[in-house]
Amino acid sequence: MSIRPVALVPAIAGVLLLAVLLFPICWMLAASLMPESRLFESRPFLPTAVTFEHYRALFDERNFLVPVRNSLLVSGLTTLVAVPIAALCAYALARLRMRGKGLVLACVLAISMFPQISIVPPLYLILRELRLLNTYPGLVLPYLTFSMPLGVWLLTGFFRQLPKDLEEAAMLDGATRMRALRDVVLPLAAPGIASTAILTFLYCWNEFLFALSFTLGPDRYTVPVAITLFRGRYQVPWGEVLAATVVATIPVALLVLACQRRIVAGLTVGATKG
Amino acid sequence: MAAIVLTGLAKTFPNGHVAIRNVDLGIDDGEFLVLVGPSGCGKSTLLRLIAGLETPTAGRIVIGDVDVTAHSPQLRDLAMVFQSYALYPHMSVRDNLGYGLKVRRTDRAVAAKRIADVAAALDIQALLDRRPAQLSGGERQRVALGRAIVRQPKAFLLDEPLSNLDPALRAQARAELRRLHRTLGATVVYVTHDQEEAMTLAGRVAVMRNGAIEQMAPPLDVYAQPVNTFVAKFIGAPAMNLVPATLVGIGTPSGALAGIRPHDVVLGAHGQIRATVEVVEPRGHDSVLHLRLDPPGVEPFLAIIAGSAVPPAGAHVFLTLPVDRRHLFDGRTGARLE
Repeated sequence: MSIRPVALVPAIAGVLLLAVLLFPICWMLAASLMPESRLFESRPFLPTAVTFEHYRALFDERNFLVPVRNSLLVSGLTTLVAVPIAALCAYALARLRMRGKGLVLACVLAISMFPQISIVPPLYLILRELRLLNTYPGLVLPYLTFSMPLGVWLLTGFFRQLPKDLEEAAMLDGATRMRALRDVVLPLAAPGIASTAILTFLYCWNEFLFALSFTLGPDRYTVPVAITLFRGRYQVPWGEVLAATVVATIPVALLVLACQRRIVAGLTVGATKG
Repeated sequence: MAAIVLTGLAKTFPNGHVAIRNVDLGIDDGEFLVLVGPSGCGKSTLLRLIAGLETPTAGRIVIGDVDVTAHSPQLRDLAMVFQSYALYPHMSVRDNLGYGLKVRRTDRAVAAKRIADVAAALDIQALLDRRPAQLSGGERQRVALGRAIVRQPKAFLLDEPLSNLDPALRAQARAELRRLHRTLGATVVYVTHDQEEAMTLAGRVAVMRNGAIEQMAPPLDVYAQPVNTFVAKFIGAPAMNLVPATLVGIGTPSGALAGIRPHDVVLGAHGQIRATVEVVEPRGHDSVLHLRLDPPGVEPFLAIIAGSAVPPAGAHVFLTLPVDRRHLFDGRTGARLE
């Protein structure tokens, strides 16, 4: 019986952690549904009146679907470009025998360590010369500067964990290295690739500085930029900001939930008794 | 099926480790060749060179009548069974067996027929729809073997395929391998560190040390006529006793070593060497005696005595080393003296 209180400790810790993590989200959700006039009351996270006014304003007056679409496009495209290229690069670094592998990996890491602000001016000049300012490629290309190193690092780790025997078996079975990569390595690395894709997408979704610097008007603003620019000269429309934040959270939450199931499925393939 | 010829083959790894030194080796069509040696002797590297998973630093590899030295593994048409089995974990047993056929665009009906035949031969029909993770060690081993057989390759390369099995299964799998080799008539190169496996399976044994082949001959010849002290000690269990030849009354050449297998030692009152029994290990049908010879400075000496009349520990005994069972080696080089 004396074990019981000890066994409860992790459970209590878990509940506390969850409460801390969920508190701002609950507040955000509650406040986005409250009339503006009640937002600054003494107990703002107990909704006393529910209104969808903020959401209506968000889509009718502020045209918030445009930044959501921009963010989805830019983040999605970046993920689609970055992950396959990073996967090939990581496979080469993890498996092939070549000189200077360590140096390449160190450089990749160093590049991802640059403070973002330091590469904004050169990137701005490049994009201007290429006439890519205020375009989708004008965001996707800069986003590759941080998403590729991230992907290469994560995937190199995943590929290294896979047993080499499997690829060698495939090659003796008659597969070329690329075929072995497709038929054997990629299916087994799927959980790793999925988590890399999620992380890449999240980084792009949350990215602010590049989006602010390389877009010029509301037609190309991404969600974080659009929300920041809600604030007027004399007031901040907190209700709409919070409603926008809720809208911005939903796609990401859905994506993570969808992929999480795949990741778990990938990890347990063949492990269950039938 | 095809013969394999290695000429002047050498492999030095980029880190400077010399794994294979100038190996010449001819494997006949349909032969069962076992590469045996202690770990690190280069036997697995030699197999991987034949497979094309490593590139040699010198020498040529000819399979059938094609020089495949520069060919990548998929062009060599060999099948390999890995120590880890290396079954594709995300594919069913059926797809594991059929992968090589699919990659080589074998006609589907033909492939299905071959998979069914191999599954029947190896008694794994019931497992075809399972995943590797749902199989026992012995079943995985059979599937790995099946994946090699179904391809009908030019030769089979087996890298310690039985070392992950428990002893009972291993004996059974050994018998099955012999049977398969007889029915398929296949060229097999088999790597093991277990001299017993080498003795029981091989048509010929190649004993390796430090990247070179010390002796290549049928197993019984290697056992009866080891070319040097290394082979003499490595093949046969327990290992051969080696003592200075002067102890057994052989004076020339000076410094020579006399070798005798524990089974061949005879105990009897008329023996010329005195010894003390230190430990007795009864094994049922016989007993292993650990002896200390009276002349000082001699390593522990083993004798295997059949029957129940075994001297107890502490007893003083006399040994005879029958002349026709004695091996003589050069004391310095270790080479066999005739």
